[in-house]
Amino acid sequence: MLKVTDLKVKYGMIEAIKGISFEVRDGEIVTMIGANGAGKTTTMHAISGLVKAAEGSIMLDDTELTKTPANKIVGLGLAQVPEGRRVFAEQTVEENLILGAYLRKDKDAIRTDMEEVYQLFPRLKERRTQLAGTLSGGEQQMLAMGRALMAKPSILLLDEPSMGLSPLLVSEIFHIIQEINDKGTTILLVEQNAKRALAIADRAYVLETGKITLEGTGEELSNDERVQKAYLGG
Amino acid sequence: MQFLSYLINGLGLGSVYAIIALGYTMVYGIAKMLNFAHGDVIMVGSYIAFFALTKFGLPFPLAVLTAILVCTVLGVVIERLAYKPLRQAPSLAVLITAIGVSYFLQNGAQILWSSSSKVFPSVISAGSISIGAASVSYLTLLTIATCIVVMICLTLFINKTKTGSAMRACSEDKGASMLMGINVNQIISITFAIGSGLAAIASVLLASTYPSVYPTMGSMPGIKAFTAAVFGGIGSVPGAFVGGLILGIIEIFAKAYISTQLSDAIVFGVLIVILLIKPTGLLGKKINVKV
Repeated sequence: MLKVTDLKVKYGMIEAIKGISFEVRDGEIVTMIGANGAGKTTTMHAISGLVKAAEGSIMLDDTELTKTPANKIVGLGLAQVPEGRRVFAEQTVEENLILGAYLRKDKDAIRTDMEEVYQLFPRLKERRTQLAGTLSGGEQQMLAMGRALMAKPSILLLDEPSMGLSPLLVSEIFHIIQEINDKGTTILLVEQNAKRALAIADRAYVLETGKITLEGTGEELSNDERVQKAYLGG
Repeated sequence: MQFLSYLINGLGLGSVYAIIALGYTMVYGIAKMLNFAHGDVIMVGSYIAFFALTKFGLPFPLAVLTAILVCTVLGVVIERLAYKPLRQAPSLAVLITAIGVSYFLQNGAQILWSSSSKVFPSVISAGSISIGAASVSYLTLLTIATCIVVMICLTLFINKTKTGSAMRACSEDKGASMLMGINVNQIISITFAIGSGLAAIASVLLASTYPSVYPTMGSMPGIKAFTAAVFGGIGSVPGAFVGGLILGIIEIFAKAYISTQLSDAIVFGVLIVILLIKPTGLLGKKINVKV
């Protein structure tokens, strides 16, 4: 479904992503783990068009994303929950969700999907008239996820959804990610919390300073000595 | 009862500033730039209305509409040609470009229409009505009413429509807006269109109040309205409204009670004091440092 080939991204003279290839198949949860500064967010931004790829290709089914303007990509069925949530703080929860469905015209279906999001995140329903900026970190993460789901994506990119959340909330968020996947949405998950991410992933990649150094199934990587040493505190 | 009539005249002048300030503040809020050519769009609007009325003999409402149309297109074209190529450039480059556009418009007007000033026809009836002991001209009433209508329409547009919601989203976070599928360039164009259309409305009110039309006529009201926008909190729509009205009232009071020559200095002096006490302006948002 999503196939990245020899992707390179540069910030000025610095090559942040040094030619990586990976793919996400229909229905999978694929995770990319790596330390701070490994290039995880840059990879995500290259896929969703927020940064330009210097070289390489990013294919979503039959569309070349490196040649697609950022605002057209969500319309192709790829939504992203950005790092740091980036909810619209000065708009209400409901307005944020409606913005998530910005390109959709099917008013009735948008209503139904909003109810579905509220079912997934009952907290959001309680707070739907509240400004997003007044929500707690966990609630903002839920809102960012709900907002992305409002686009009815076939593939959802999640960038560090567990960042800054309490262990209890992290469990809840990972549980919901699995639930979203069970309902048929393909997932690409970027995480520093390697243990949790590998536990739910079908397949995984390790990114180190702009290069993919390891790949395998979630289980394989969990049991890999190098991964345990570097990312699992073992 | 001089006081009341000064106050109402101040509100009238302030309404013009407020309408112009909306253009500055909206463009700043969304494109994060100071469009110093905004005052000169007012000048162009005045000329267009002037020619529409005198040369083509159009009725007043049609002349206003023509000015609005021309200014709207002008604003969008300026943005496309001058500012859009600089989207990634440092803000100083954009600022200098805006000043360049301002001179370009002023000098262009001089070439096209000569530098001598033209007398704007008085189309709004010169009559007045009495409110208490004060007599208020129809023009002042029309100006205040226009400002109120503009403010209501704009607030509804920004808060109740899909495009308005997209505009607010862009002003907060352009990257996240793109992830929603919002075409940020289009939103910036719309913002310039609205700002410039409002400038055209202000231009007709301004030229009716001070009926002389000349190439640099936009600079002073432009600077004052910019001051009003900063005063109210740049980026804030209600701020521009409040800032404009207060600035107009201060200016008229300063002229009436202190000194005509010093009035501008007093206006800018008050701005400096306000910014010292509250750097983000009266209704400005506090600047959050995000982590």
